Amino acid sequence: MLVHIPSPLRSYTNGASKVEAEGASVDEMLDHLDKQFPGIKFRMIDEQSRMRQHIRIFVNKDTVETVKAPLKSSDEVRIICALSGG
Amino acid sequence: MAKPQGNHVQLLIGTRKGAFTLTSDPVRSTWKLEGPLYLGHIVYHYMVDPRDASSQIMAMKAGHLGPTVFFSKDGGKTWKESSKPPQFPKAVADDGGKPDPDKNIAEMEAAKGGETGKEGGAEGKKDGSAVSVVFWLSPGHESQPNVWYAGSAPPGMFITTDGGDTWTPVEGFNKYCQDTDGLHGEGETPGGQLTHSILIDPRDPNHMYVSISVGGTFESYDAGATWKPLNKGVEAEWLPDPEAEHGHDPHFVVMHPADPDRLYQQNHCGIYRMDRKDGKWIRVGNNMPKEIGDIGFPIVTHPHDVNRAWVFPMDGTTVWPRTSPGGRPAVYETTDAGETWHRHDLGLPTEHGYFTVKRQAMCADAQLPMGLYFGTTGGEIWGSLDEGKSFDCIVRHLPEIYSITATLV
Repeated sequence: MLVHIPSPLRSYTNGASKVEAEGASVDEMLDHLDKQFPGIKFRMIDEQSRMRQHIRIFVNKDTVETVKAPLKSSDEVRIICALSGG
Repeated sequence: MAKPQGNHVQLLIGTRKGAFTLTSDPVRSTWKLEGPLYLGHIVYHYMVDPRDASSQIMAMKAGHLGPTVFFSKDGGKTWKESSKPPQFPKAVADDGGKPDPDKNIAEMEAAKGGETGKEGGAEGKKDGSAVSVVFWLSPGHESQPNVWYAGSAPPGMFITTDGGDTWTPVEGFNKYCQDTDGLHGEGETPGGQLTHSILIDPRDPNHMYVSISVGGTFESYDAGATWKPLNKGVEAEWLPDPEAEHGHDPHFVVMHPADPDRLYQQNHCGIYRMDRKDGKWIRVGNNMPKEIGDIGFPIVTHPHDVNRAWVFPMDGTTVWPRTSPGGRPAVYETTDAGETWHRHDLGLPTEHGYFTVKRQAMCADAQLPMGLYFGTTGGEIWGSLDEGKSFDCIVRHLPEIYSITATLV
């Protein structure tokens, strides 16, 4: 599936704004992303599998609240660094 | 491995928007600023290894991204991110398997009174903490190369034995915090509850002190397996019990390099000294001028003279402006272990100077005469080449300074 990478995380993807990843859930997709780009997952997801405060993940047009959300290979994922002012 | 040496003083500077270095000529009259490294990242602590000049390390995060550590093995030329940054153990699910993220979120929400269950997780959740900030870095004992300790918010302590690549929890300390009421909260960093001032006794790697803002100072004789509070004599106006064992608010604790049994502490409630055999802190800040008070964040000791120390007072009255008292910044020095204090403001603004200095943002070099440096909330680096008697502004217009460490190159 296609995954859109926000600019704060592109230091991990060698500057790429779109990458390919696999997985039947957001968690599996992030694990696959982390295998390709080591360290990227922990900047988004804490050690208790919670999304960090300013990270949002959209699957197609819907935001997901948990890394357990299912994915299909045809889905398009957008990782967003949520604006929080300042 | 070679210890830092050379005739150029170098300041490693961590700021709210990246890291910088400031390197002097051999007589410290001119300085060269280089950077930024990791522009836009929040660098809480930037250190060199006193046992190995080629090793440097930074604790950092970004506004949107989680905490991490970067380390260099070539004197800061190239950097690598920790493959396993400091992190608490994953909460164990009821069935002993992988934890349920949704359950964690629900428990978090309940514990926090219905707030969103996103990152954080320390408040009221004893088995699901997540590091939100790596705030403090301390090198391990001389006999333990590549060992570093990290302190976090919420309060936690972590160790690496490979120079910063992989970190594991110091379970004894973290369990002590989790099991003790009031030691597992979290606030806005760098002002909230967090671990700092990790001090390793140069005579014994198993003997260490650690402090927690809004928690107190604690001591271990078994490499962090067990801990006892060390707060006798420290005031804490918010604690109903004046003899409370913890809950105090150390801002910075230092072990004197010339006598590991001499401790100094800048606390939310004053300046203290302890000679370890006495086991009790003495509020030497009561000897500060009353119109200045004894509130602040950093405290710096002389490299050789156990009775000399410097503080940078701030306004801790009324609503705690946290600015230089009266808008007239000054360093105060003691030469008799806090019995008397002397004001030094030559070269500093004489009016409308409302900056202050954060806890890791003041340091001394090891030259003769000693250089004293501080970085301000306004992004200036000030230096004194006469052991704190007068100051010059070395650099202006940097981001807010979070830490300064002096070394030699």
